Amino acid sequence: MELQTLIYLVVGATFLLYFILAIVARAGTTSEFYVAGKGINPVANGMATAADWMSAASFISMAGLIAFNGYSASAYLMGWTGGYVLLAMLLAPYLRKFGKFTVPEFIGDRFYSNTARVIAVIALLVISLTYVIGQMKGVGVAFSRFLETSVEVGLFAGMGIVFVYAVLGGMKGITYTQIAQYVIMIFAYTVPAIFISLQLTGHFLPQTGTGAELADGSNQYLLQKLDMVLVDLGFAEYTGTPDLMNTFLLTLALMIGTAGLPHVLVRFFTVPRVRDARKSAGWTLLFIAILYTTAPAVGAMAMWNTLKTVQDTDQIGSPEGNLLYAERPEWMKSWETTGLLSWEDKNGDGRIQYYNDKNEEFAAMAEEEYGWEGSELTVDRDIMVLANPEIANLPNWVIALIAAGGIAAALSTAAGLLLAISSAISHDLLKGVIKPDISEKGELMAGRIAMTVAIIIAGYLGLNPPGFAAQVVALAFGLAASSLFPALMMGIFSKRMNKQGAIAGMLAGLTITLVYIFWYKGWFFIPGTNMLPDNADNWLFGINPTSFGAIGAAINFIVAIIVAKMTTPPPHEIQELVEDVRVPRAS
Amino acid sequence: MEQRSNRADYWRANLKVLFGCLVVWFLVSYVFGILLVDTLNQISLGGYPLGFWFAQQGSIFTFVVLIFFYAWRMNAIDKKFGVAED
Repeated sequence: MELQTLIYLVVGATFLLYFILAIVARAGTTSEFYVAGKGINPVANGMATAADWMSAASFISMAGLIAFNGYSASAYLMGWTGGYVLLAMLLAPYLRKFGKFTVPEFIGDRFYSNTARVIAVIALLVISLTYVIGQMKGVGVAFSRFLETSVEVGLFAGMGIVFVYAVLGGMKGITYTQIAQYVIMIFAYTVPAIFISLQLTGHFLPQTGTGAELADGSNQYLLQKLDMVLVDLGFAEYTGTPDLMNTFLLTLALMIGTAGLPHVLVRFFTVPRVRDARKSAGWTLLFIAILYTTAPAVGAMAMWNTLKTVQDTDQIGSPEGNLLYAERPEWMKSWETTGLLSWEDKNGDGRIQYYNDKNEEFAAMAEEEYGWEGSELTVDRDIMVLANPEIANLPNWVIALIAAGGIAAALSTAAGLLLAISSAISHDLLKGVIKPDISEKGELMAGRIAMTVAIIIAGYLGLNPPGFAAQVVALAFGLAASSLFPALMMGIFSKRMNKQGAIAGMLAGLTITLVYIFWYKGWFFIPGTNMLPDNADNWLFGINPTSFGAIGAAINFIVAIIVAKMTTPPPHEIQELVEDVRVPRAS
Repeated sequence: MEQRSNRADYWRANLKVLFGCLVVWFLVSYVFGILLVDTLNQISLGGYPLGFWFAQQGSIFTFVVLIFFYAWRMNAIDKKFGVAED
């Protein structure tokens, strides 16, 4: 069957499935809308949480990040999964015991203060809106690339789908759809990886294939060979370890930030018991680990495949060692049309040279001895996953699956974020602060309206992404790390923590993190307004603004503890609340 | 009053398990995967340098086991202190 038809069929079938699930799982009460009636099976919740949490970035971009950065990209792997350990042990079971609907609600109740609740709502809105822009854009891009529509059409289709199942079904609808989306996504990710691992190393599991010998008869390990060839082309070793301090800090910032992501935390409100919340966290990470341990294999193998395609690795520097442009494989041709891969014949020899021309010493040597006049191939890192099936010559249905998987990854995360946004508005702001006497029906309606407005805003921002989209991700993690995580943790682990301490801590952490990021990236990311150039020489103690969330969190803790020491302890009933949250059985 | 001291003991038992788990969490990621990565990379696990393996595979596997272990230990402690849900 024609590839395009097949893609339409597969993607169309997944959409039909989401629609059916939306109609079956309509939400009738606020409890169903916010937390799926607290009746979700822990394994099912684990699957839904995994889909909620793995975004378009995890699915599409992470393997490419690893391919081009090797060891240095480990911060993302360890940071995002290790943060999950913190979330599972330090927060999830206790928040489930608390047993209400939202994360700001816990902060408001625990610190007996609407001010604290509103600060949490603001942090949540900034974090979630930032995230959702990327997801909406991901939907649009996946559509335009695979379905050959414009980005706008793709985005509107995505908005329509999310509208139907998120607004109708609330958390209940989102949960069932996310389970389906997880299955689609993981299948799409692992099938090509398995085939490529078999081709390159003869290993069925990509996880062991990466550590295995190449099956080309060279008796060399894949990683060893990759290191050697990259160095021969002027790059750093794949397994080399530069700048360990920022790797450490970035890992820490991503971990603390991950643990404070409200749309993930709220998923643990949906299971029946504390015991289920603990177990469900284990299942979630298991489901996440399937993708996260495959990604490094996809990265290393895709890098190897790319290098090997354009460069005969035994003949680096000899004219015949490079691929003739006229003889390039089909997949390169098809990705050239998308603009994600491009070639420019700088030395006019009709062959493709790919090497590190930023390495001045190597570039000079290559020009002198090889006659190379600059690296000629530009490869967008997102190709590493999207083009994988074509590179491995897999059948068309696998390509169709990748399209459906990328869209599923973006939609599932977008829906979770939109729910977090709408419940913060209808439950925390409207019901909690502005109009506490609102009826359940009114609140449910408000939740649906807030969700609709959030979808429209997200769609608008997806169409007109602010120029700083990439940098904003650092902002989201920095804010989650420096505001929500410390407040939640101290709310559970310190009975002495009071309202003054928590508010001062959150404000201090937020402000300092924001100022540090803006200092180097420009105020509100407006180009040219940065106070110092954004490079290692100017960073305070060499700390990258992307990694600053870890420091922001530390400041939050310290300020909160000092202020709490100087002010009155929380009232008796709040200390009772903390006691109660710590113990599974209701007293 | 007895219920109160029982709760305090339960919380201490929980913190102990938690602390143990976080030590392992720190060890496999920050120590093996980052701080000692160059030393461990002298050792190979098949074609993986060991430090690199911890950073991209081993830490993640350990995290999964860790969360299940925590859930299992805590359920046992809940039962022991009589605070488990029905």
